[in-house]
Amino acid sequence: MKIRITGVSKRFTPETLALGDVDLALAENSFTCLLGPSGCGKSTLLGMIAGFVMPTTGEVLVDGRRVTGAGADRGVVFQEYALFPWRTAIENVAFGPMIRRMGRAERRATAERYLALVGLAGHGEKFPSELSGGMKQRVAIARALANQPSVLLMDEPFGALDAQTREILQEEMLRIWENDRKTVVFVTHSISESIFLADRIVVMSTRPGGIKEVVDVGMAYPRERTAPEFIALERRLKQLVREEVEKLGVI
Amino acid sequence: MNEKLRGSLLRSLSVVLFFVLWYSVSLLNGHVFHWFNPVLLPTPWEVLQSGIELTRTGELQADILASLSRVVQGFLIAAIAGVILGTLVARSRLLEQLFEPMIELLRPIPPLAFLPMMVLWFGIGEGSKIAFIAYAAFFPVFTTTFEAMRFVDPLLLRAAASLGASRTELFRYVILPAAMPGIITGLRLAFALSFFVIVAAEFIAADSGLGYLINDARTFFLVSQMLLGAAVIGIIGFVFNTLLRRLEARLLRWRKTTR
Repeated sequence: MKIRITGVSKRFTPETLALGDVDLALAENSFTCLLGPSGCGKSTLLGMIAGFVMPTTGEVLVDGRRVTGAGADRGVVFQEYALFPWRTAIENVAFGPMIRRMGRAERRATAERYLALVGLAGHGEKFPSELSGGMKQRVAIARALANQPSVLLMDEPFGALDAQTREILQEEMLRIWENDRKTVVFVTHSISESIFLADRIVVMSTRPGGIKEVVDVGMAYPRERTAPEFIALERRLKQLVREEVEKLGVI
Repeated sequence: MNEKLRGSLLRSLSVVLFFVLWYSVSLLNGHVFHWFNPVLLPTPWEVLQSGIELTRTGELQADILASLSRVVQGFLIAAIAGVILGTLVARSRLLEQLFEPMIELLRPIPPLAFLPMMVLWFGIGEGSKIAFIAYAAFFPVFTTTFEAMRFVDPLLLRAAASLGASRTELFRYVILPAAMPGIITGLRLAFALSFFVIVAAEFIAADSGLGYLINDARTFFLVSQMLLGAAVIGIIGFVFNTLLRRLEARLLRWRKTTR
């Protein structure tokens, strides 16, 4: 198993249990979606794998090693892009290679290759402030990939994008993943997004946050959103998520 | 484009209007109305003439040079000390607890209040003026550096850390560039303040410099020379501010489109 989460819980304050007793094992090169409403602790769980958040109890192992902090083996893509605004698109993508002390020319070539991979060839000299939301997220994905991590962690990466851009990026994400397999953990609250992308969907529960059910999707890629089995699974997941939303009370 | 042209035309007109007003008031007062003693408000032309006169004797250049050299030296000391201390205090909890209250205690005191003391401590030579400018200009640099370094977007730090950046690399590649706009603003404020206080310092204890020029003219009731001193300070301040803004625009090129 690539990622092993055992007995993990998280309290941000002594009174409130944000995440309670989570066990989860993720296979190498799998695509897992953490699905749930806000407040279910899905981003916290992702943050623990990334090494941004330390569990109160239990441990997270990646490649058998305990996670104690952020590392280059685990690339992260954030909902808010988190691009360095003072660096051009290509300099953003070249950040990881630069940290790895790659030579200037090689670093540039790598960055250009990954920019082309996300469809941004020719936009390298632009600053993030000159790019649209979709383009920013493409740069952010290229930046994470250019570092060649074995794990790719994505925290609602398409949450801030409009529906059309979102679907295009989902398709591109799959294309990239199929050509360059990595262990992907993808946080989302969109049911259709999770069915479209994941081979496993972890439905999260609320109060306290935890795992409600793990669903193996088992449909061949590319998936058709109008296929009967897609719709059937969508309906089932909607029911599961709804139960958790209702536990939160009036919203 | 047309809009822009009109804007710059109006701006130039504003400057012209200022001189026309000044000229008319001083001419009308001198030749028609006699509201007050004409010596009190010379015309722009008389001010210019006194400037030409002082340039011929070399006095003006010497005074400009004297003031500028004090400002530059004092400012550089303040900039280096402010950036370094601001950085250290922002990065270390212990240093913050040790130094911040001390600086917050001194900051509200107008630097001018210390000027007589500075003269006592550092003498009437260059030392006291440079020390005074350095002291006054230190605060804006320190405060802006400190604030800018403290409030770096944590998301950017996470992004860099997950790309493999070490603590020193985080500082060099994320915290420092993220704080740059704040630091540059602080430096610009500090430079303006340096000019502001040099005049006062030269009033009190100096035998050269633009402040001395004004104060000396006052003793001999040379009003046009006093105005000349003020005008030259204004011009120098304007030129330096424009240069610093240019430098800022170049360094912070990435910010241009977001404004």
